[in-house]
Amino acid sequence: MSGNLEITLKVWRQEAADSAGSFQTYQVSDVSPDSSFLEMLDQLNETLITEGKIPITFEHDCREGICGSCGFMINGQAHGPERGTTVCQLHMRSFKSGVTLVLEPWRAKAFPVLQDLLVDRAPMDRIQAAGGYCSTNVGNAPEANANLMGRKDASEAFLGAACIGCGACVASCKNASASLFTAAKIGQLALTPQGQPERAKRAARMVETMELEGFGACSNTYECEAACPKEIPVRFIQSMNREYLSAKLLDDEY
Amino acid sequence: MSLDSKCPDGPLEDRWKQHKAKTLKLVGPINRRKFNIIVVGSGLAGASAAATLAEQGYQVTCISFHDSPRRAHSIAAQGGINAAKNYQNDNDSAFRLFHDTIKGGDFRARESNVYRLAEVSENIIDQAVSQGVPFAREYGGTLSNRTFGGVLVSRTFYAAGQTGQQLLLGAYSSLMRQIDLGRVTMLTFKDMLDVVVVDGHARGVVLRDLKTGELSVEMGSSVVLCSGGYSNVFYLSTNAMKSNVSATWRAHKRGALMANPCYTQIHPTCIPQSGDHQSKLTLMSESLRNSGRVWVPSAEKDARKAAQIPDAERDYYLERKYPTFGNMVPRDVASRNAKYACDEGKGVGPNGRSVYLDFRDAIAREGEDSIRTKYGNLFQMYEKITGENPYQTPMQIYPAPHYTMGGLWVDYNLESNLPGLFVCGEANFSDHGSNRLGASALMQGLADGYFVLPYTLADYIARENPETPDSECAAAAEATTAVKERLDRLVGVQGKRSVDSFHRELGMELLDKCGMSRTREGLESARAKIRTLRDEFWSDVRVPTGGGAMNPEIEKAARVADFLEFGELLVVDAHNREESCGGHFREEHQTEEGEAKRDDANFTHASAWEFTGVDEQPVEHKEALEFEFVQPSQRSYK
Repeated sequence: MSGNLEITLKVWRQEAADSAGSFQTYQVSDVSPDSSFLEMLDQLNETLITEGKIPITFEHDCREGICGSCGFMINGQAHGPERGTTVCQLHMRSFKSGVTLVLEPWRAKAFPVLQDLLVDRAPMDRIQAAGGYCSTNVGNAPEANANLMGRKDASEAFLGAACIGCGACVASCKNASASLFTAAKIGQLALTPQGQPERAKRAARMVETMELEGFGACSNTYECEAACPKEIPVRFIQSMNREYLSAKLLDDEY
Repeated sequence: MSLDSKCPDGPLEDRWKQHKAKTLKLVGPINRRKFNIIVVGSGLAGASAAATLAEQGYQVTCISFHDSPRRAHSIAAQGGINAAKNYQNDNDSAFRLFHDTIKGGDFRARESNVYRLAEVSENIIDQAVSQGVPFAREYGGTLSNRTFGGVLVSRTFYAAGQTGQQLLLGAYSSLMRQIDLGRVTMLTFKDMLDVVVVDGHARGVVLRDLKTGELSVEMGSSVVLCSGGYSNVFYLSTNAMKSNVSATWRAHKRGALMANPCYTQIHPTCIPQSGDHQSKLTLMSESLRNSGRVWVPSAEKDARKAAQIPDAERDYYLERKYPTFGNMVPRDVASRNAKYACDEGKGVGPNGRSVYLDFRDAIAREGEDSIRTKYGNLFQMYEKITGENPYQTPMQIYPAPHYTMGGLWVDYNLESNLPGLFVCGEANFSDHGSNRLGASALMQGLADGYFVLPYTLADYIARENPETPDSECAAAAEATTAVKERLDRLVGVQGKRSVDSFHRELGMELLDKCGMSRTREGLESARAKIRTLRDEFWSDVRVPTGGGAMNPEIEKAARVADFLEFGELLVVDAHNREESCGGHFREEHQTEEGEAKRDDANFTHASAWEFTGVDEQPVEHKEALEFEFVQPSQRSYK
């Protein structure tokens, strides 16, 4: 069809965590500008399967930018060139025909490659498990309107709550820090009435777990904010640092 | 086989209270840790069930095929969750929510179940807020509401267009807390491929590790399936790519009855298909109909741009035909009318298969900022996918397969006919009848997991005192061997066609013959076609091997193999139900105005199907539905 694109891909191929990987080059022809980036990869995989080759593994599920499953580097940028966009919501109309794109998995020591463009992000769950919650059992909840929350705090908390846990912040950071991810949850709950009782403990445990999992420290480059598909601002990291410091200095338990 | 719903009797509002107090038995706090409950799935139903059972003191194993429990497809729900809080002082009540839901479902659900759902809805909001779920709020700090289809009150709680995400992250946080406390063992990257039945009771599952390809069994005191719906049988749907019917279908093949599979919901407001490359369809939340007006040009094949068509030459057909509910009619009605408008040649867009959803008047009335606050992320998503700005030009929308009301048959206790096998959320058939009202799916998933299952499962454990069988028992070995043989057979075909090509062909056939509108002849030809396609699949599918232990194509192939079996049952059920109700529309059965025409004399029942073998005729078991508190009537939204 006229108007369709020709794309050259250099894709990182790696069979398993413990095997060596390399870049392989593929040509994808007749790509509709209306396809998403992942649909373009579907098209390539369909061809590879019919040719008796092994399709490229990448993680994906909802394809609506909300589940956080997908993500890889396109020409060195997490989720590709468009701001505030997951790779599943990136459409081929953003690219010119004839372009060469280099696809790599998220790069971070804490995220081992499982296959091709797919990495293991289990450490992010372990950070959440280290206090990213309010300790409330079913049966204990007070009437929902018993605790009021002003719109200003509610709006700010919502910015942090929007995190989809994709790992782009880690992948884009030169230190492979998970600061923005961790800060988004700490910040959200620090702003909500229900998060107050465990506020100090949560900040201390989550930050320390992040370090134990092998993520680096923040050095204020702000790449994470630029890469975040939900555009979570870096001021959450500043707030996390304050929360952590006050937990360590002022709270008896820490 | 007789189906006992175990619904209590007596006054509607006392049934669940009396059932809890007088019928359901308890397990002592000290004994609970002796029992291991297996929960399959970590969406709203699975995460809430796993966390709540662990809070009560049971040992829980929760299984997900994702890398993290937070990825479950509940995350994608946009618009909201209903609860009869009456915060807007518009005379809402549990009875009204019950009544709206029964009527919205076209009188094909159990009164007892639906009332319970309405009753516990208020607790769900309290629970979510206590977890820190950031619902939308008013300036005074109280919770905000909006209106959804099929009702005349504002009872829908929401978090921008990300309500499912925020509720799931709430349930996920409770789950992660229990993992942190050592009471839940979370198994990620595991696909459930069979149920292990020991002495007639579900006692375990066969799992395939998606990273290594290895099979294992997980045994427990009982199994809870929270594995979601089957809309991906249509290939193009609003579901996530990996959503599937396999967990429930494998349980069905082990004896669990599948009820009302033909009750599928085609959601009216989705972004239309743009080409053959399309892998899924994207929903635009029903909440948009609060502000957007649906219209098509009055003249056929009007090629002008939307802005050039004056009001007098637009047909706001929902407002015209249904003046009371207008754009807020239930989903099945909105979808059918979009189809009628396009069938008449008034559709817009490249193939004439879309209608407009226009925000012009709302923007003029409230200002663009107000609309951005309410729907900003939805407008942004629309623009990303279509390249058009909906603040300036109307959205183009068309219906797409979305939710499935059918599922495994369960009694009032959410237990299937296979003892020890419980089913929650979209995976069961229980609460929505033949059409689900908007903002009720989140409500049901969480009602089941937080407030119903933890009580009813305790009763099963108290009655049965089930022991966890050895993982090397004969039943576990037999199930594992069966799974292995099926996978080996799939990989062994080494034909020419990709798994996706079969899935697409199945989906297109079903959408055409068993989608928004169905006929006897169409369904008969679809059944024959599915059988042929299934045979072709097993002789010509190509599952690539040799690229490492991880092999996503095997996962897909196993799911599509199940869809090819399940799809036939879907068609059989649609053929068998000689009436129209809710989302099941048979062209032979319609009123003069084109509305669904039920046959209450012959079809006031749930059809629960028994598996008798692939290529065999399934056996239907009927559960009669009784209406004591609501009189079934022709639904009117005029």
